Amino acid sequence: MDENTGKIQQAFEERIAEIKSSAELEQLRIDFLGKKGHVASLMGSLKSVAPEKKKEFGQTVNKLKQQIENSIQDKLEKIAKLEEQRLINSAEDYDVTLPAEVERGSFHPITVIQREVEEIFRTMGFTIEDFKEIVNDYECFEALNIPKHHPARDMQDTYYLSTGDQLLKTQTSAAQNAIMKKYGAPLRAVFPGRCFRNESTDACHENTFFQMEGIMIDEDISISNLIYFMKTMLSEVFQDDITVRLRPGFFPFVEPGFELDIQCRICGGKGCPSCKNSGWLELCPCGMIHPNVLEAGGIDPEKYTGFAFGLGLTRLAMMKYGVKDIRVFNSGNLKALSQFESK
Amino acid sequence: MFISMNWVREFVNLDGLDLEKLIRRFTLSTAEVEDIYYKGNDIKDVVVGQILSVENHPNSKKLHLLKVDVGSEVLDIVCGAPNVKVGMKTAVAKCGGRVPAGEINKATLAGYDSYGMCCSSAELGISDDNSGIWEITDDIAVGTDILDAYPIKDIIFEVDNKSITNRPDLWGHYGIAREFAAVTKRPLKDVEIFSDACDSGSVVPVTVMRDDLVYRYISLKISGVTKTVSPMAMQIRLYYCGMRGINLLADLTNYVMLELGQPMHAFDARKIDTIKIGTPDKPFKFKTLDDVERDIDENTLMIYNNDTPVAVAGIMGGLDSEIVGTTDSVVLESANFDGVSVRKTSSRLALRTDASMRYEKILDPELTMTATRRFVKLLKDIDPECYIDSKLNDVYVKHYPVITLTFDKKYVDRYTGIEISNEQILETLNSLGFDASFDGEKFTVVVPSWRATKDVTIKADIIEEITRIYGYDNFKIVTTRSPLKPVRAEVCKDEDYRLKDLLVDKFNLHEVHSYIWCDGKKYKKLGIDVEDNVRILNIATAENGTVRNSMIPTLLSMTYENKSYAPAFGIFEIGRVADGTADNGYCIERKRLGITLFDKTVSEKELYFKMLAMVKFLFKSIKKAEPTLAKVEVRHNWQHPKNTAEITYDSKNCGYICTLHPTVNQKIDKNASIVCAEIDLDEFYLTKVCDIEFDEPSKFPSIDVDLSLIVSEGQRYADIKKCWETLNLSELKSDSVIDTFELAGVKSITVRLSFSSNDRTLSMEEIQEQTDKILENLKTIGVTLKV
Repeated sequence: MDENTGKIQQAFEERIAEIKSSAELEQLRIDFLGKKGHVASLMGSLKSVAPEKKKEFGQTVNKLKQQIENSIQDKLEKIAKLEEQRLINSAEDYDVTLPAEVERGSFHPITVIQREVEEIFRTMGFTIEDFKEIVNDYECFEALNIPKHHPARDMQDTYYLSTGDQLLKTQTSAAQNAIMKKYGAPLRAVFPGRCFRNESTDACHENTFFQMEGIMIDEDISISNLIYFMKTMLSEVFQDDITVRLRPGFFPFVEPGFELDIQCRICGGKGCPSCKNSGWLELCPCGMIHPNVLEAGGIDPEKYTGFAFGLGLTRLAMMKYGVKDIRVFNSGNLKALSQFESK
Repeated sequence: MFISMNWVREFVNLDGLDLEKLIRRFTLSTAEVEDIYYKGNDIKDVVVGQILSVENHPNSKKLHLLKVDVGSEVLDIVCGAPNVKVGMKTAVAKCGGRVPAGEINKATLAGYDSYGMCCSSAELGISDDNSGIWEITDDIAVGTDILDAYPIKDIIFEVDNKSITNRPDLWGHYGIAREFAAVTKRPLKDVEIFSDACDSGSVVPVTVMRDDLVYRYISLKISGVTKTVSPMAMQIRLYYCGMRGINLLADLTNYVMLELGQPMHAFDARKIDTIKIGTPDKPFKFKTLDDVERDIDENTLMIYNNDTPVAVAGIMGGLDSEIVGTTDSVVLESANFDGVSVRKTSSRLALRTDASMRYEKILDPELTMTATRRFVKLLKDIDPECYIDSKLNDVYVKHYPVITLTFDKKYVDRYTGIEISNEQILETLNSLGFDASFDGEKFTVVVPSWRATKDVTIKADIIEEITRIYGYDNFKIVTTRSPLKPVRAEVCKDEDYRLKDLLVDKFNLHEVHSYIWCDGKKYKKLGIDVEDNVRILNIATAENGTVRNSMIPTLLSMTYENKSYAPAFGIFEIGRVADGTADNGYCIERKRLGITLFDKTVSEKELYFKMLAMVKFLFKSIKKAEPTLAKVEVRHNWQHPKNTAEITYDSKNCGYICTLHPTVNQKIDKNASIVCAEIDLDEFYLTKVCDIEFDEPSKFPSIDVDLSLIVSEGQRYADIKKCWETLNLSELKSDSVIDTFELAGVKSITVRLSFSSNDRTLSMEEIQEQTDKILENLKTIGVTLKV
C-alpha cells in the first residue's frame, strides 16, 4: 500500500470515530469522497505513478474508496438509529387514562330496542310497517273482533277524540286490518308503534307507551310455529337460550289466545322476588288470529291461519336496561335519556 | 277469586294427587293462579275444651282465672275475653301447641300462671271475629282436636280475575272443579239439588218490563226458617274465599254464588208481594243495603215490589228489604240479567259487587234453576223445619241458541301443528261438558249452555279447549314451511332511522319522546298558546285536552326542563301531530321531525345558520339535493315574526326553521340562543330523490375570482346569485361565500366564483369578460364592487 493511501485511511478512521451527527458525516463524506476530496486527489496522483504500478495503485485507491463509502453508510445507519432512539426517548409519555371523548348525541332507548327487534324480524323475512297513532273505532276495535259491549271500549281506557269516531290507538293491533288489506296472504309483518291508554301514571304505568305487533299468516301456520317464532325472537333479543311457555289468555282478536311467559332469567326458574317466586315472567300476549279478524282483513280463514303477538317495547326496554320507573321514557330528562348511546 | 280445594274436592275426587302441582297446572290449562295459601298448617294441639269454672283475677279487671277441661286434663288458664262463662265450649291451644300468631307456652299473667290459651276464631285464622273466644257448639266432644272437628285445613288458591273475564263458568267452584276433572281425567260429580216439583201454592208474581235486559227470573218463597246462624264449616269456607258470615240466609246466597257462580238475592218475604223488573221513568235516590244513597237513572234496571224499588238488579239489594234476624220467610231471587247493562250501571254507580262482577261475564241462564234448587237443598239440610211456600215461578224471557259446531281432524291439525288423536279430542271435549262425537269424518260438538253465552261460538274456540287441556308445554317447537320472498321495510322506516343516525351521530342531538297532547300548564309558563285543534274528550287533566299541531312546543318544554343539562345541547323527536281536520271530519295526522337547539355559547345568528346547515344536510343526504328556504308568515305565537323560513323542496312545503319570539325565548332562558326546525316527514318522504349526475373533473386548472361586494340592507344572497345564474355561464362551475362583514353600517360580502373549462386552460381575458357581465347584472340590483 501506498503511504498516502494509508495516511488518508487513518485520517478517515480517526475522524469518523468522532462523528455524532448526520451533518458532520456529510461533511466527512465531502472531505473524502467529494470532487475535491482526499480520494479524488489521490486518484489525481495516478498520472505520476509508474506505468507498471498504475494498475495496482488504481485498485488500492478504489478499495479505499469502497471502504470509506461502506463506513459512511454504516455510520449513517447508526446515527439514524441513534436519532430515532433520541426522538423516542424525548417523546412525551401520554396519560392514556385521561378522559377523551367525542361529543355525541343519544338515541331514545325505545329506538334502540325497537331497531334491534325489527332487525331480528327482518332477518326472518318480516316486513316492517309504520302506522298512524290516530285511528278510528273500526280499526282499533270493530275489525279486531272487539264487540260493541266489550269493556276495552269503555271511556276509562281509551282516549276519544273530538273528530268523529277517532281515538288514540290503544294497541298496535289497530294496524292489523290495514296491513292485511295492503298485502293479503301470505304475510309476515311487524309493526311497532306508540299506544295510549287513559290511565293514571306511576312508576309502573304510563298512558303513552310503545308496543310492537307481529303477524304471520299462511296456509298452515300453527301454535307450534308461534312458539318457535316467539322463542327464537326472544332468544335473539336477550342473546340467550330463552325458555318460553304458553298459557291461556283472552284477547278478542285471537283464538286461542295466550299469555307468553319466559323463564325468569335471574333465578333460572327456581323462583325469586323479581318473578314473584313463580319462576316465570309474563312477557307478551299472543295467539292464533281470530277468523273474524282475518275475514275483516280480506283473508279467507278457511284457507289461512296465522298468529299474532304484541310485544311491549317499553316493558322490554325496562327489563333490558333495568329501568325502574317507566316515566323516564317520556320525561325528556337528558340526564337519564343520554345514557342509551349505542345503536 | 279465592278457590278452596276442599270445596273443589266435593265435586271431583283428587285423592292421591299432588294438589300443589295440580294448582300450578291450572295456570297452564285454564287461568293464572296468583297465589297459594295453606290454611291450618300453622295450627297444632288446639282442642275443644269446656270451661269448668270462672273466677275474677284478683289483680286485673279484665282477666279471669279459668279451669278448662281439655279431655286429658284440666288446665288453669288466665283469659282476657269478655264472653267467658261456665259450661262454654271453646278452642284451647295447649302449651307447646301453635296458632297462626305463634307457639303457645306457659305464661304468667298478672301473677297467675296460665297453661294454654282460649282462642277466638280470628286467632285461628277462620274469621275476623275477635270480640271474644270462639263459642263452640255443644255437640263437639271435649278433647277433640280442632282440626278434626272443623274443616280448618284447606288449600286456597287465588285466580287472577282478569284471566277469567271470558269464562263465566269459572266464577264458581263447580266450574273450577270441572277443569280439574278434565285435566286429571277423573269424573265430575253432579251438584246435589232439591228435586221436588215446587208446583203448588200461590206464586210470587214476576213481571218483566224490560225483556231486552232480563233473560230469566225465578222467584220462590220459603217460610218457616228457624235457624239464623250458618254452620261453622260453611262460615270457614266463606271466610277463606273472602266473604264474611252475616246470617244463614245471606250466607247461603253467597255460598251458592261461590259454588255455582250464580248470584242470588234473598228478600225478606214480609216486604215482597209481587216482583216487577224494569227501568224507572225518571231518576230517583235509592238506599242500597250498604246504607249508601245511590242516584238511579232511567237506564238502571231495578227490581220493584209493586212500585217500590227494592234492589238494583244484579248489583245490590235495598236496605229496606234486607234479611234481618227476625226474618223467617224469604223470597228468593235467582235471575239472569243483561251483562252489559249490569256492567254499565255498576261502573256508573262505582259499585262493583260480587254479583255484578259475575253478571258482567254473561252468565248461563240455565244456572238460575240449579242455583235455586241448590239453595233449597242446602237450607233444608241445615234447617229441616223450613218449607217451600210458593210455586217456583220461572219467567224465562230469552234463551241462548244451542250451538253445534262441526269440523274435521285436518282443521285441528293445521292449528296445532302436532298430532292429537281423535280419541283425545273427544275425551277432552266431553270431560269439559261438550257433547262431542265423531262420525269417521267429522266431529260434531254441542257447546254446553255454560259456555254458549259468548265464550264458545265458532270452531276456532274448540281448538283452545283441545289444546289447553292437552298442554302447551307438550307442543313441538317448529318453524314454518312458508316460502321465502324478499321483504323491504317501508321507505319511511328506513329514512326515519337515517335521519336519527345523522342527528345523533353527526349533529350530536339527543332523541326524546314527548306526549301527543299540549301540556297546558307548561305551555302557559313559557308563553306558548294552546291553539285550537282536535280535542281529547276524556283526558283526566282538562288543560291537556288538545292534541298538538306542532312538535316544537313540547320540545321547547323539554328544552326548558333540561336547561341545566349543558350550556349547549339539541334535542329532536320524530312524532305525530294532528294538523286540523279534513273534509270527512277526521283529523289530519302528520309525522313530523322536530328539532330544537339550545346554546349559551354562540349568538342566535350563529345557531340559526348551524340549524340551516343541518337541515340542508339532511335533505342533501337523503334527497341528494338542497331545499330552498324563504321567509314566511308565522303561524304560531312562539315563532319569531322575522326569522321564520319555510323549507321548500320538490315544490312541496316540507317545514320551516325559526328562532323564537323574544318573549318565549326569554321565558325559557334570557341568556340562551334557541332555534327550532320542524320537518313534515309525510311530505318529505313523498318528494323525489334526485339523481346523482357525474361531472368529469376538468383536466385544466380552475381559476377562482373573489369579488368583494357592497350590498344594501335586506339584500338576499339568493338575489345576488341570480345575477350569474341567469347568464348560464358554462365555465362558471361553482360559487361560495367566503366572508360577510359589516363595518360602519356598510355591509359587504365576499363571493368566490370558480371558473374552469373541460377542454382548455381559460385565459385571464375570458374570465374577466365573464366577470364583467356578472358585475353588470349586479349593478342592476344595486350591488357594487368594493373598491
